[in-house]
Amino acid sequence: MTLPAATGTGSIERRLTLLLAGVAALLSVLSWSMVSGLAREAAERTQDNVLAASATTIAETLRSEQGEVRLELPYSAFSMLGAISEDRVFYKITAGTDLLTGYADLPVPEDVTPVGQIVFDTGEYSGEPIRMASVSRLVLAGAQPVPVTVTVAQTRLGVGTIASDLSRLAAMLSVAFFVVAVALSAFAARTSLRPLNEIAASVSRRGPSDLRPLQRDAPTELAPLLTSLNRLMGRLGQSIRRSEDFIAEAAHRIRTPLATVRTQAEIALRSVEDEDEKRRLRRIIRAVDESSRSAGQLLDHAAVTYRTDDLARDAVNLSELVQQAANAQEPTAAMKDIRIIVDTVPAQVEGDPVLLDNALRNILDNAIKYSPAETDVAMRIREDAGSFRVSISDQGPGLGDGPVEALTERFRRGSNTQGIVGSGLGLTIAEDVLLAHGGRLELETREGGTGTCVTLVLPSS
Amino acid sequence: MRHACLALVLSILATCAAALEIEDHRFFEGTGERVLRIVSTADLEVFEPYLLAFQSSRPALSIDYTVVSSAELYRAIRGNAAFDLAVSSAMDLQFQLANDGFARTHQSDAARALPDWARWRDLIFAFTAEPAVMVLSTRRFEGLALPETRQDLIALLRQNQDRFENTVGTYDVRESGLGYLFATQEARSTDAYWRLSEVMGRLNPKLYCCSGQMIDEVAEGRLAFAYNVLGSYAAERLARDSGGQIQIVAMQDFANVILRTALIPANATEPAAAGALIDMLVTLGLRDDRGDWPLPPLNQTGAADVAGFGPIRLGPALMVYLDPLNRRTFLTEWQNAMVQR
Repeated sequence: MTLPAATGTGSIERRLTLLLAGVAALLSVLSWSMVSGLAREAAERTQDNVLAASATTIAETLRSEQGEVRLELPYSAFSMLGAISEDRVFYKITAGTDLLTGYADLPVPEDVTPVGQIVFDTGEYSGEPIRMASVSRLVLAGAQPVPVTVTVAQTRLGVGTIASDLSRLAAMLSVAFFVVAVALSAFAARTSLRPLNEIAASVSRRGPSDLRPLQRDAPTELAPLLTSLNRLMGRLGQSIRRSEDFIAEAAHRIRTPLATVRTQAEIALRSVEDEDEKRRLRRIIRAVDESSRSAGQLLDHAAVTYRTDDLARDAVNLSELVQQAANAQEPTAAMKDIRIIVDTVPAQVEGDPVLLDNALRNILDNAIKYSPAETDVAMRIREDAGSFRVSISDQGPGLGDGPVEALTERFRRGSNTQGIVGSGLGLTIAEDVLLAHGGRLELETREGGTGTCVTLVLPSS
Repeated sequence: MRHACLALVLSILATCAAALEIEDHRFFEGTGERVLRIVSTADLEVFEPYLLAFQSSRPALSIDYTVVSSAELYRAIRGNAAFDLAVSSAMDLQFQLANDGFARTHQSDAARALPDWARWRDLIFAFTAEPAVMVLSTRRFEGLALPETRQDLIALLRQNQDRFENTVGTYDVRESGLGYLFATQEARSTDAYWRLSEVMGRLNPKLYCCSGQMIDEVAEGRLAFAYNVLGSYAAERLARDSGGQIQIVAMQDFANVILRTALIPANATEPAAAGALIDMLVTLGLRDDRGDWPLPPLNQTGAADVAGFGPIRLGPALMVYLDPLNRRTFLTEWQNAMVQR
């Protein structure tokens, strides 16, 4: 039985990475726009400060001479404007409503009050946006004080250049930040998901019948999952054991009464004369044999399952085992006039002798069962590159047309076995035993179409 | 009264705008229809090699070259006279034109190669750096130690009042834009300027509009020395006359270095050709050795007078002395010092 692959809702790692990257992107854009805004504001404030300083420097030279307002443009007032940028400079100085000097059409702020306070304004002049700083001072001209307004203006090229330079720098830094953040996100996602992946890997690494509890340190979040998993495996193992026990018990209980029934039936067979009744009794004996054999194999299978869970590692003389199996089956073979040929080499392996004997006997039993009368069954041991190959070949009908691999499934029998007593457990038992020993079972129909060769491959010790 | 004065000034300005006071003029015939009109303060003999070199690369182009004073040039461009290129040594006036929007931008790789201090906003491009020097007559100075600083010069003039009476020449800063620039920058940079002016004023100095005339007078011996003369003109003159009549002296305490600049007027009709000429001029301005060209490059101010003073900065500070109020104040002071009789 194959399980359908788990259909997921996408990888947590990818989702986590994308989420963190999204947050990083949002933060990058946010920080870029904030830095750009701050850069522009800082550049504007710098320009304002210089304009204010320039206007104040000019206003400080204002004085009254013989009833007239006099002033002198200080060299520094304009050189400081030229120091920070290549911006065009305009100025206008008015006393009351009269123009003292400067650009008459400069659109200065209407109302520069209170006196002494610096007023900033933006406007447009000579085809370019400008920033203006105006400051007023009262100067005594004649009898009464006249408000003199000094306005210094500058185009905003420098501000734009500084702001866009800094904005570009901020954009590059934001992109760099984003790239680093994405890399860190991927790393963080991978690191935090590592325990989960490790548990998944260690579960999937396990053999099919390994139901031991998982002994691992798990993060707090995964501890409940691990506990539930272990509890589930415990329950599963218990349930399997219970059903194996049940089968063994049932088989055992059936075998004893069956033996009684067989003995009675044989006694009856000898005592009756009527041919019809004899035939009936023979049919009963045959059915009882079949049942008893099935029960025996079920017991074997249960024993195999039980013993492979905790496999013994004894030194086993394989050739001795083969000889024993041949001897044990000799009487059965003799009934069909079948000769068992044994051909061995010294072969030492490690494992459970009971299980190995069980496997050999099942295969040999199959071979004798499916062989026609007066044929040979051969048992051979060969050494081959670190392993021993025990082949048991017969001259029977072969394995039929079905897929060879399917024959080792439980209760599966070949397509050409009608009329022969069998449970379909023999090959399953043999394969389970070999897999537990790190070996394998090879099945083939011999060349020429008649006869089967079953090979047990076991690693040599 | 005041209004009448204003009306008079305005009418004079109007006349000036209408009729340009031309000092020299030449038309370089090309094979094609198009004409590049240049207005410049540079004398024809100084600038001709540049024009010929430019025309040899564009034979189809005719060049109309007009020499005017720097103030006249400023007025012409402000009055939207039809020129394609304005070349002047009066940095302050050139800067004011650019600042007030009478220049158009020119962008090229050649212009970008200029250092920051030699251009402003893609509007003004400097292509020479020329120092202000003193030119003296060797005959008139016979037996005297040559002054190296303004202090030396003041002492020399005080001790030899009779010898220098009526034989001192300098710019009339009221008329000459370049003279005004030299005077204001010098007054700003060294306090010796006003004392020197006082001393010179007592000697009844002769005042000139242009460097060329002053150098001529010195060469002919009518002047003992001319103060604040464009070093490039003097050097060029010295190269032409081998008579040993004149000598160039650079002041060691301070020397003005002006940048000769070019700009394309906003109403130019041949801006591409004007831009190409600017590119040629600035490329020559960045050459390493002086060569045969009449004007020095930007990076050296002549072999004899390496005083290590940087050129006057191209920037809004240049507009300070152009402000009418400041100009009036400065001229009043200058006149008090220089024109005592």
